[in-house]
Amino acid sequence: MEGSAAIIKCLKENNVDTVFGYPGGMILPLFDALGRDESIKFILSTHEQSAAHAADGYARASGLPGVCIATSGPGATNLVTGIATAFMDSVPMIIITGQVDSDLLGKDSFQETDIFGITMPITKYSFRLRKADELVVVLRKAFELANAGRKGPVLVDIPKNLFFCDVPYPKYNLQKRETDRPDADFLICAAEAQKKILQSHKPIIIAGGGVIFGQASDELRKFAEKYNLPVVVTLMGIGSFPADHELYMGFAGLHGRKSANCAVAEADLVIAIGSRFGDRQTGNITEYVNDKHFIHIDIDPAEIDKNVHSSIGLAGDIKIILALLMQQKAVDDLAKWWNRLNELRKEDDFEYTGAYDVPNVMHHISQTINRGDYAVVTDVGQHQMWAAQHIERFKPRTWFTSGGLGTMGFGLPAAVGIQIYYKHDRRVIHIAGDGGIKMTGSEYYTIAALNLPIISVIINNESLGMIRQLQKVFYGTRYFSSEFKYRMNYAEYVNSFGIDTYDVHSMDEFVEALSNAISENRPKAIIVNIDKEFVEPMTKMDCGINTFIKF
Amino acid sequence: MKHVLSVLVNNQPGVLLRVVGMFSRRSFNIDSLSVGVTQPNKYSRITIFFQGESYIVDQIIKQLGKIPDVAAVQLHNPETAVYRGMTLIKIRANDTNRLDVLKIAELFRAHVIDVQKTTLIFEITGQDEKVSALLQLLTPYGILEVIRTGQVALERGEKTIFNCAGKTAFYSKNLL
Repeated sequence: MEGSAAIIKCLKENNVDTVFGYPGGMILPLFDALGRDESIKFILSTHEQSAAHAADGYARASGLPGVCIATSGPGATNLVTGIATAFMDSVPMIIITGQVDSDLLGKDSFQETDIFGITMPITKYSFRLRKADELVVVLRKAFELANAGRKGPVLVDIPKNLFFCDVPYPKYNLQKRETDRPDADFLICAAEAQKKILQSHKPIIIAGGGVIFGQASDELRKFAEKYNLPVVVTLMGIGSFPADHELYMGFAGLHGRKSANCAVAEADLVIAIGSRFGDRQTGNITEYVNDKHFIHIDIDPAEIDKNVHSSIGLAGDIKIILALLMQQKAVDDLAKWWNRLNELRKEDDFEYTGAYDVPNVMHHISQTINRGDYAVVTDVGQHQMWAAQHIERFKPRTWFTSGGLGTMGFGLPAAVGIQIYYKHDRRVIHIAGDGGIKMTGSEYYTIAALNLPIISVIINNESLGMIRQLQKVFYGTRYFSSEFKYRMNYAEYVNSFGIDTYDVHSMDEFVEALSNAISENRPKAIIVNIDKEFVEPMTKMDCGINTFIKF
Repeated sequence: MKHVLSVLVNNQPGVLLRVVGMFSRRSFNIDSLSVGVTQPNKYSRITIFFQGESYIVDQIIKQLGKIPDVAAVQLHNPETAVYRGMTLIKIRANDTNRLDVLKIAELFRAHVIDVQKTTLIFEITGQDEKVSALLQLLTPYGILEVIRTGQVALERGEKTIFNCAGKTAFYSKNLL
């Protein structure tokens, strides 16, 4: 079988039905094969970075590896930001790059680059294919690795001549890996953890993105309900726990809800589930750890004791571990703690006045979409934090954002991948700032071309709001490179792709625009022209997560 | 604190880069490194000497365990393991002082592997401290060049690195 045909067959064997990418000389044989095969849908992006983000979005929505292909040299290097984004958020991806012919390798040939080496620290694994007969074996291994344990991107670099080689296609012996049974030591740790939960007076759960990729939302809810435990979520964990649940305390972190942050700070036991104690979550780690006990549940053993030392570590499948932890009889004596938590909640009840500002815009989006099935995708910056604070999510895989890497420009291409996966079942609301739109706005072309019914909300404050906010707080209000003095017309820009746009200057106009956009099932963009403001709350990260900056 | 790890890896392209890259990415400093094919020859064995607090060791072992090419990781303890590294020393020595230099070398069991009219090359194996002591004594005669290999380590007795293969070895006990 020809190499490129074997790749297609292997993709199908792994249930891949959609591939994202951008063509180029060294990957053309694979494109040729893709073009002749009708069962795999190919999504052409406008830039390799966008193709990577789209595959990433597709994977976040489906839980299956997103597949992305690009050519050697600049094609491959353009993928790097997308790969790193997926790596930081543990998103499974298969990246196939074309490479110069084997006999040209190492000679600085045209469009040759060592993408295998470049991506080494930002992939779970990278392969440089040497021999044609390894092709199928390597590709299968790539899928296995991307899916196993903590998920992540895997890159396969294939010299062009190998696409034409006759390659063997060995039978696939799919070895279903049995989940290991907890051994005696593990059970001791689990028992100790349960004891800690029952003994603690002020326990709290931090639910992270691992709950979503571990498909453990139901178990999390049962676990929290059983022991009557309050739940905060990380930025990646939004959607892992229903926002209208009485145990839900909200989003915690640098820009988290005040009550959620204070609750974590006051807790005597933190049960972190699928969360890696990232610095945006914990702030100053010494302050954070102060007098607390920790139970850390994560699929990646290396996360345990990495940022927070001396926790009770339970590494493995979150579903199984939570089931183990639910074997004890609960004793509910947390009334005092809940009184305190309710007090905290009351203190920071956000009042939605309906004024024309971003929190109210987000609140209106939330109120509108809560009645239907929608997915929210954000870019990175102020709007992302406002969205995290004010848009309520109830189900996993309905909230998508670049957490670990904080990649500006992620939102729009990711929305493409997510909308393609959800087809017409779940409409995507994409929220971005004007800065991010200028980075990957070319993806409106893909959206328009495929008529994807994405509703794009551009928060246009003519600035890089988050940078401006940092300059306000840490650099003596010296705004530099963060305000766009030169105006551009975003409505006309998006419109030029053939997408309906609404240029909005007031709350009433926004309400009308959103309802219009929702009423028609095709791409829409709403440009929310709005004043520059600061995201509050903002914690003083070096003092502890319950101390806040005053603006 | 000084720590010593032996890492058994599959002979794959880029595997050394992957292991060393992990150290550099996570800012763990390597003091000494030695790599070679071992038996069975599908494996290479990397011996790493590094400095750090003890919790770093746990983190390094776990991070190494995440690299698919790593087959086994063994942490050595100075009381139960032997460490050896080789040093070559080129020293100025002529007819007038060659005997003195040779005598000193003999005390340290250093071997002469090359003699020229004006120079000598010694080979010495052993732990760092021994080599440093010899170098100190030879300095007045004029050391021209010194080269050290990375140190290697073996655990004494029956225990081998192959006992350390498998996940539980990498990830301590708490693993499903």
